[in-house]
Amino acid sequence: MITLQINGEKHQIDVAPEMPLLWAIRDIVGLTGTKYGCGIGVCGSCKVLLDNSPVQSCMIPVSAAEGKKIVTIEGVSENLQLLQASWTALNVPQCGFCQPGQLIAATALLDKNSNPTDEEINEAMIGNICRCGTYQRIKNAIHRTVELKNQG
Amino acid sequence: MNPIRNISRRTFIKSVGLASGGLILACNTSVFSDKEKDENIDLANFNPNLFVQLNSDGSLILIASRSEMGNGVRTSLTSVIADEMDADWTKVIVQQAVGDAKYGDQNTDGSRSVRYLYEPMRKMGAMARAMLITAAAQSWKVPVTECTAENHYVLHSSGKKIAYGDLVEIAKTLEVPTEITYKNPKDFKYIGKKLRGVDVEEYANGSAIFGLDKRLPNMKFAAMQRCPVTFGTVKSFDKTAALKVLGVIDVIEIPRIEKPFGTLGGIAVIASNTWAAFKGKETLKIEWNFGDNATYDSEKYMKQITENVHKQGKVGKDVGNVNKAFKNAYKIVESTYQLPHLAHAPMEVPNAVAWVQGDSCEVWAPTQDPQSARKEVADYLETPEDKVTINVTFLGGGFGRKSKPDYVVEAVAISKAINAPVQIVWTREDDIKHGYYHTVSSQYLKASLDKQGNVTGWLNRFALPSIASTFSPGVDYPAGFEISSAANVPFDIKNMKVEVGQSPAHVRIGWLRSVINIPHGFSQNVFADELAVAAGKDPLEFRLNLIGEDRIEETEDPIKYNTARLKNVLKLAAKNANWGKPLPEGHAYGLSVHYSFYSYVASVVEISMIDNKLKVHNVYTVIDCGQTVNRDTIKAQMEGAAIFGMSLAFYGKITSKNGAIEQSNYSDYKMIRMNEIPKVHVEIVESTEIPTGVGEPCVPVIAPAIINAIFKLTGKRYYNLPLSDYGLV
Repeated sequence: MITLQINGEKHQIDVAPEMPLLWAIRDIVGLTGTKYGCGIGVCGSCKVLLDNSPVQSCMIPVSAAEGKKIVTIEGVSENLQLLQASWTALNVPQCGFCQPGQLIAATALLDKNSNPTDEEINEAMIGNICRCGTYQRIKNAIHRTVELKNQG
Repeated sequence: MNPIRNISRRTFIKSVGLASGGLILACNTSVFSDKEKDENIDLANFNPNLFVQLNSDGSLILIASRSEMGNGVRTSLTSVIADEMDADWTKVIVQQAVGDAKYGDQNTDGSRSVRYLYEPMRKMGAMARAMLITAAAQSWKVPVTECTAENHYVLHSSGKKIAYGDLVEIAKTLEVPTEITYKNPKDFKYIGKKLRGVDVEEYANGSAIFGLDKRLPNMKFAAMQRCPVTFGTVKSFDKTAALKVLGVIDVIEIPRIEKPFGTLGGIAVIASNTWAAFKGKETLKIEWNFGDNATYDSEKYMKQITENVHKQGKVGKDVGNVNKAFKNAYKIVESTYQLPHLAHAPMEVPNAVAWVQGDSCEVWAPTQDPQSARKEVADYLETPEDKVTINVTFLGGGFGRKSKPDYVVEAVAISKAINAPVQIVWTREDDIKHGYYHTVSSQYLKASLDKQGNVTGWLNRFALPSIASTFSPGVDYPAGFEISSAANVPFDIKNMKVEVGQSPAHVRIGWLRSVINIPHGFSQNVFADELAVAAGKDPLEFRLNLIGEDRIEETEDPIKYNTARLKNVLKLAAKNANWGKPLPEGHAYGLSVHYSFYSYVASVVEISMIDNKLKVHNVYTVIDCGQTVNRDTIKAQMEGAAIFGMSLAFYGKITSKNGAIEQSNYSDYKMIRMNEIPKVHVEIVESTEIPTGVGEPCVPVIAPAIINAIFKLTGKRYYNLPLSDYGLV
């Protein structure tokens, strides 16, 4: 048995310890907001926060996530919810599939950098592919979130 | 005076009640079954089937018959109904249609959802509004002419008003009107404006259900190993190791079905979770009969089709006398362009959930074409189509890949074999290695110039494995629809010839966002730039001259090509980019213009090269797509198309060795990422013309504009893609 703490809830699951966290979250725990895109850690669709750091959950064995705090797109975090509001306001998604991973990457960025430059946004988001090409709006939505926060 | 449309010819049926007891309107009419006929559709006669359901609490359910894959169609089509109905958009609930011919053509493909359905959706809304006004007039015992509708209410000239929801009981009893009146377009509230996507919140909070997210009780997960060589088959296999993987339940063979959308066949691993299925698949030991395509070497193939375009081919068009023009030329220019195969690589891999129970089957799938999926499933199960339900989930991208329901048939085959609901999941590697690839092409263009720099003759000879080969195995020349976009090049040239060279297919060839316009838009725009250079003229001025005088071309198409609109977008793109004004040191512009999916598009790109590395700084795209519906969706599509076009220009290349695809994932089939994006500036021409394509036509202009800009900056001309082959990115 492995115990995962996801979005503040404990889940006891009976899986092989080497099962990637992605599949434990999606197929065992049943939270499908976290997406499979490449399976080799190059597209960012499966990003979650693991003890506040963004990780590609397709690359993390479930055993390595035990005892750590996992936040998925369904989770609660101040910056995540603010970013989601900006994503909606600016009509960012096209097909929407990569956006949970994009939002987690953006949340991790704002958690450690309250006023990122364009270059810092590029650096934080470079691991996330959007085949529809919504990058410009993603960038605008991150800037908007920062502006609204700074206005208090 | 608003236009009056007589709709009495159509058969309307009105059904009352259903589950919710609301007012349900449907028009049940003939459906196009012949796809070819579909291409020459008369818009005024297109008969849709779309539901409008108004409930007594005022909530309004509108059915989206087309698939949502980032195209914004669930918002655009329903907003047209809501606008004509004078409905309150905040009361609208969009419901996705299952795959059923009663909805008309649902194939979400070819940039035609709005083109086909704009008028029919207006009719649906206008009909509902007319009935609600009649219902109010009856309840007030006043003439209909004293009543109007506004924002979910019917108003009387005396000042009293009644909510739409309160009219349901009377409206239900009314006959469907035989004549309806459209709104005056100046009164549009949603059409031609900006609306936020109806699903954007679900996308942002992770609750949107894509195909991959569908779950059923007791559902199994499956992965499949297919032959590395297209159409190869299983000789023998050993499942011992796979069965030892924790979670693996069974291993079965799925035979190949020799149909355009049939299964490729292979060995399926069924498991209790996706990862176990993937693991089991890796441990399979399979011997294959590779078959005829095992010799496919894309490098050798490119040489072969390039030889074919350097000798006389089959004539596809011959106007005037090209040979004479060439003989009398002041200058001759000739070039050869080579473009590789591409894969769609949507973020969501092909997948489907199927549950076969007896002679019935229910499917949940991200499909662009649920009716074609339904037909394939019914054929496979040898059951009537009404026993098959295709539920359309959100699509995590489509780009043409998800028009082909081979993966749906796989899920059905497995569910039938194991007698349980199952989800087939393609790995990303499966997606890259077993696609319906965009064609590989070689194109030879030759033109003559007179002393003044006018183009007097134009020869385009190209070879590319045809999409038709997927439907008629053995087709080894480009088909008519692939010739026409070269033959109808939007230039005013008196002597023109198009020839095609032999080019058999060795993989499944499919359509990918903007399809044949990728190679033709590329060669035409790069070649036109070369001709401008040869003529010693500014590319913008040269191109406007090449398009020629204002004229409307007489073609067999229902929508006519208008040179004035093409020149207009080109001029606007140039104006927006400040074409001709000095740029920062080390920067240069390139332009291109293309007419496809009945829309007019021009792009100007601004680039720089530092240490031989390309950077695209700005893209200025202008589209004239006629009447617009959701301008923010159009803007988003134009922004996305610039990135899609850059991905194929920079990195897009699928190659084959010994019949097997060499690329495997986003690691070696790369995409543009955040650090590479330009600023994309868009302009959408205001127009009242027939609405035309949006999703695709902004793609083909990007790559040639970049090539032309690189030439302007460096004096070096690149003829082939992708640019990563030259070390430029």
